[in-house]
Amino acid sequence: MEAEKNIYTVSVYTENNIGLLNRISAIFQRRHINIESINSSVSEIEGVSKFTIVVIVTEDQMKKIIGQIEKQVEVIKAYFHTDEGTIYQESCIFKMKSDLLFEERQIQNIIKESNARIVTVNRDFFVIEKSGRKEEIELIYRELSAFGIMQFTRSGRIAVTKDEMKISTMLEAFQA
Amino acid sequence: MDTKTLKKETNKTQITERISGSEAIIKCLLAEGVDVLYGYPGGAIMPVYDELYKYQDKIHHVLTRHEQGATHSAQGYARISGKVGVAIATSGPGATNLITGIADAQIDSTPMVCITGQVASHLLGSDAFQETDIVGISTPVTKWNCQITKASEIPEVMAKAFYIAKSGRPGPVLIDITKDAQFEEFDFKYKKCKGVRSYNAIPKLNHNEVEAAAKLINEAKKPMIVWGQGVSLGQAETEFKAVVEKAGIPSAWTILGAGAIPTSHPLNIGMVGMHGNYAPNVLTNECDLLIAIGMRFDDRVTGNLSTYAKQAKVIHFEIDPAEIDKNVKTDVAVLGDAKESLAALLPLLDEKSYPEWHQNFKDLYAIEYEKVIKNDIHPTKEGLTMGEVLKEINSQTKGDAAIVTDVGQHQMIACRYANFNKTRSNITSGGLGTMGFGLPAAIGAKMAAPNREVISISGDGGYQMTIQELGTIFQQKVPVKIVVLNNEFLGMVRQWQQLFFDKRYASTEMTNPDFVAIAKGYFIEAEKVTKREDLKEAVAKMINTDGPYFLEVCVEKEDNVFPMIPTGASVSDVRLE
Repeated sequence: MEAEKNIYTVSVYTENNIGLLNRISAIFQRRHINIESINSSVSEIEGVSKFTIVVIVTEDQMKKIIGQIEKQVEVIKAYFHTDEGTIYQESCIFKMKSDLLFEERQIQNIIKESNARIVTVNRDFFVIEKSGRKEEIELIYRELSAFGIMQFTRSGRIAVTKDEMKISTMLEAFQA
Repeated sequence: MDTKTLKKETNKTQITERISGSEAIIKCLLAEGVDVLYGYPGGAIMPVYDELYKYQDKIHHVLTRHEQGATHSAQGYARISGKVGVAIATSGPGATNLITGIADAQIDSTPMVCITGQVASHLLGSDAFQETDIVGISTPVTKWNCQITKASEIPEVMAKAFYIAKSGRPGPVLIDITKDAQFEEFDFKYKKCKGVRSYNAIPKLNHNEVEAAAKLINEAKKPMIVWGQGVSLGQAETEFKAVVEKAGIPSAWTILGAGAIPTSHPLNIGMVGMHGNYAPNVLTNECDLLIAIGMRFDDRVTGNLSTYAKQAKVIHFEIDPAEIDKNVKTDVAVLGDAKESLAALLPLLDEKSYPEWHQNFKDLYAIEYEKVIKNDIHPTKEGLTMGEVLKEINSQTKGDAAIVTDVGQHQMIACRYANFNKTRSNITSGGLGTMGFGLPAAIGAKMAAPNREVISISGDGGYQMTIQELGTIFQQKVPVKIVVLNNEFLGMVRQWQQLFFDKRYASTEMTNPDFVAIAKGYFIEAEKVTKREDLKEAVAKMINTDGPYFLEVCVEKEDNVFPMIPTGASVSDVRLE
């Protein structure tokens, strides 16, 4: 009997150290788990970095992985959330031929309807940016691909939780 | 008032001195109380070795014959003493040769600091001579690792390395230092590390959990304790013994837990696991409460998890939160340091004994004795058995020796038949099962505990994996006693081939050299025993020799180790033959 797998968003608060990404990704690699997306950035706390990782695993696997992540010396705290527990977004950019913008009226409609925006236009190409959920990004990708996309990049998921994160309190407790 | 403040501030200001990075490394080691380190020089670590030359009256460097030997020696040193073992090597192959020992220390929670030299920082990533990404390579097998490219980083990183290696659940730390950082001069001052904000070494003990555990223990009808290395790592032997005796609970051990209470203790019911004792394995599946203390439910201990102690409630005393519910679901988890947790538990326990329940263990022991033990230690057949050799060594050392084993049949036999009177007496590679561990680990153990008898027991296979460390023993005059139980096979693999692969002995037969001649080549006194009547005298001669000594005992070629829980079977399906 295989337990059901879910999409989980993992938030890992860490010290900003060289090699930590390797240490964290090795935890997934060792268990033969594919990372769907990963994003590293500063967090709401000065000097503390935050990884946002999306994986598809069982709840039991997820709990054990969180234990292993938190065990790493430079990890301050790790959490996991279901999609319901977070507000999340992804971002993507398209590079397309500038001619299309004038020749294909439909492109302007797609941009408007999907709440995307044009970042820049020059003689040769223009760039569209769209933030949203994965499905929305997939939709605009499908619509634009009919006209030929020169380049496309989608970011990893970034997320904030509906619940409060008690990292600052934890760090203050250490300083005391 | 003013003078007082002034004085306080003066005290705060530490005197700094301008020294090189490499000298700083030595000063850090001295500040951490390191008196011996094991290693091998080479290009990228030469500045440190130059300082070691200058400081040789303060810190003793042991030149091993291979970097792997350096790590195992450092492990042996750490395992017998509880202190941090230190190994040092150059970049590239020197560093990669440390990996097996580091992985071993990681899985067996051994405090160790490894220092590697690295190519100069401007060469990093250029595929320079002897450059390897040792921080990348060692990441999954270290508790922590770090690369230093500036001398000024040395004191803080070294202090952190020792703190992390030793505190909480111990483990190996690797520090990689570029050659330019070793040469660079800076203003040195050292401050010991007392904490790392992102790292909680010891979880805060929750007294509600201790009370919940005590309640389950007091209510149990058929409780059983399984303890592991956490007891000795936490220096909790006294508290543990008090708990066992007050609660009157039959207690079994994992191989790394051996000796935390003596083998002869009336409540010590033996070893659990694949080649453990019959009674504790079978009765794991009959107890109503399983109390796990400082152990991690390794698969070699539990057998098939889906049939492991399903009838029992489980209490887990553990320092590492990641171990809770990892393999076995617990009813009560008491997170914390074993010493503190057990001390808190003790006053809450009722004084009890379980004569009927305890009798079950004795009855099953009688069966095991009749079917296995008797033939192992008092054989009637012609060939010598490993068990009788162990018994002879053990009786002549009165159970006070530290037994350092390698991996395989002899290891299981040693764990089964040695009496461990003292804690930290069974030094062996448990989790990783590293053949070649024994001989170099014995060097470190003997050097850390010169007043203890240290006996290295290996098989003919594992012995040859690190046999070159005889050179270290010879050069350093380390008085370890080396026993090789020679069955001319890779015995444990052969046993599996016999039982599970229809006796197809694929590459397990060994054509061996003249081991006595090899030992003598290193000027180590040596003897070979092939007959039962010569064994006693040979062991006596070995023990009475002051310096190092080598004893080869030729044992029955195709003996098997029983009891045995075949892979995937339940602990209660342990086979006696």
